[in-house]
Amino acid sequence: MMVKIQGNEKESGLIETFSITGGDFHHAGQVSTQIKEILKELGIDPNIVRRAAIVAYEAEMNVVMYAQRGIFMLKVTPQQIKFFVQDEGQGIPDIELAMQEGYSTATPEMREMGFGAGMGLPNIKKNSDIFEISSEVGKGTCLNITIFLDQGKKQ
Amino acid sequence: MNQYYHSIRFDETKCRGRMRCLRVCPTQAIRVRNGKARMIEERCIDCGECITVCPNGAIIPLTDPFGELSRFRYTIAIPSPALYAQFGREILPDKILAGLKKLGFDEAIDLAYTCGEVSFAIQEYLRNYNGPRPLISNACPTIVRLIQVKYPELIDHIIPIDTPREIAAREIKKKKARQLEIPEKEIGTFYITPCPVKMISIKQPAEKGRSNLDGALSIADIYGPLISAMESLEESEGQRRGLESICILGIGWAISGGMSRTLRLRNSLAVSGLAEIIKVFDDIEKGKIRDIDFIEAYSCTHGCVGGSLTVENTYSSYNKIIKLIETLEYEKIKACPDIREVRRRYEQKYYLIEGKLEPRPLSPLDQDIGRAIQKKKLKETLFEQLPKIDCSACGSPTCLAFAEDVVQGEADLNDCVFLWPQKITLLAQEIITLVEKTGIKIKKPEKEAKKENDL
Repeated sequence: MMVKIQGNEKESGLIETFSITGGDFHHAGQVSTQIKEILKELGIDPNIVRRAAIVAYEAEMNVVMYAQRGIFMLKVTPQQIKFFVQDEGQGIPDIELAMQEGYSTATPEMREMGFGAGMGLPNIKKNSDIFEISSEVGKGTCLNITIFLDQGKKQ
Repeated sequence: MNQYYHSIRFDETKCRGRMRCLRVCPTQAIRVRNGKARMIEERCIDCGECITVCPNGAIIPLTDPFGELSRFRYTIAIPSPALYAQFGREILPDKILAGLKKLGFDEAIDLAYTCGEVSFAIQEYLRNYNGPRPLISNACPTIVRLIQVKYPELIDHIIPIDTPREIAAREIKKKKARQLEIPEKEIGTFYITPCPVKMISIKQPAEKGRSNLDGALSIADIYGPLISAMESLEESEGQRRGLESICILGIGWAISGGMSRTLRLRNSLAVSGLAEIIKVFDDIEKGKIRDIDFIEAYSCTHGCVGGSLTVENTYSSYNKIIKLIETLEYEKIKACPDIREVRRRYEQKYYLIEGKLEPRPLSPLDQDIGRAIQKKKLKETLFEQLPKIDCSACGSPTCLAFAEDVVQGEADLNDCVFLWPQKITLLAQEIITLVEKTGIKIKKPEKEAKKENDL
């Protein structure tokens, strides 16, 4: 059986959706590992893969630590990688404060596990090209992240 | 594409396509096509897992035969410290080295001493290091290749200090050439290896152009002759200095965790076994393991004593090394290099590796990202049709790998036996339709006709 690759769909990107369960530390990190594998398979530059892996991991861990559940969406086009992460959880009362390095609301248990250094959101911002965050207390948080594949043409 | 040298060869006449190798390969570098195993060269990292599981002995490690020694005027054996763990506890390194000489080498040198020097050099490097953490040991060539192939973005984490075997070979060659007044190329240095991967690190070093070693002999091959040679030793030969001659820092290189233990590195991890290492490397990539300075990583479980070319049981030999370290610690014996001398040499870049390590990432689905995305989508659609039980009967290691092989034109979707019933049903219907078209009445088989009559 021959399998053909259609050329006309070339422009449409690859979309993958993952769900994350809050508090599930046992499976935490699997989404970002899968995302990393996909990006490598697509032949994305190793340095960009590394940045994307860090962003994905931090974003995933935020859902695991602070929300009940979340959706992680990946979209890859020949120009860019986009992450869309939406969770149902406690939300962030003061985003500006949460963006400060070293600020953390992690519980002692989370710190015991090596999290809660207050680097999560700043790390995501540092490693992405466009970073948007919105949050509603008691409802959840939404992240919109873009990493450009052609770093020379970064806008 | 034949650009990579591999230390493993598949013997087609012996291979019966039993798929064991296919299933254990950590980088999915093996496919079985037409009943014979074959290697995808760019994927293989020479870990040797396949050698151990092949029930037909069809996967052959390529080490040098003993006859290679005759190519040189003067020959030197440099045994891996793992060799010291292959015999009873009363047989100490001195005796083993004397035994090697008896076997026909002009000289046999103790590598543990150089290992000790390199331990100190690593300590020096860690002290002044400010780059990405953790640093990863390069002692195991499989780990270096795993990073080049599967974790190219971790390449800067590999410590740029050369391996003891390379440094020892370089120095002894220089020294002997001066002493004997013969050119270096007439001196042959042979590593006595616990695994096949050291062979490629000699034939095709990952970083520099040429290795200082000239060949590798397997521990398994010399074991028998070495035992006889040691038995025939005179009282005066070997075992004179006993424990006093063993460098405690170096002996630890035979086992996973030995280096960190003897150096008393507080912030280090020792990881062994490829499956475990892959988990740790995944975590490093995510930025998870940030507070660790150094990782001792060995592809074989428990380190070099677990190599596929060793003879003694891995656990016994691991235990032997641990006991030896404990004894040396207890007796406070430290026949190790002078740290001031190591520091002086370190400043002169004596231990630094020549050349730069380049990544060799696996080819993506396509060089063009747009096409790669389309192929990825197709791969997922195909994967959905597959049974996902990874039986590997098709000759690819998993259903996902099979889907990729089909997308890349390397395999035929019909190779999946689970798609046959569907296909056969369709074919049968097609046949009936064709027969009906001819207008000939189909006579039912006797059995079925009888059944209908009975009803």
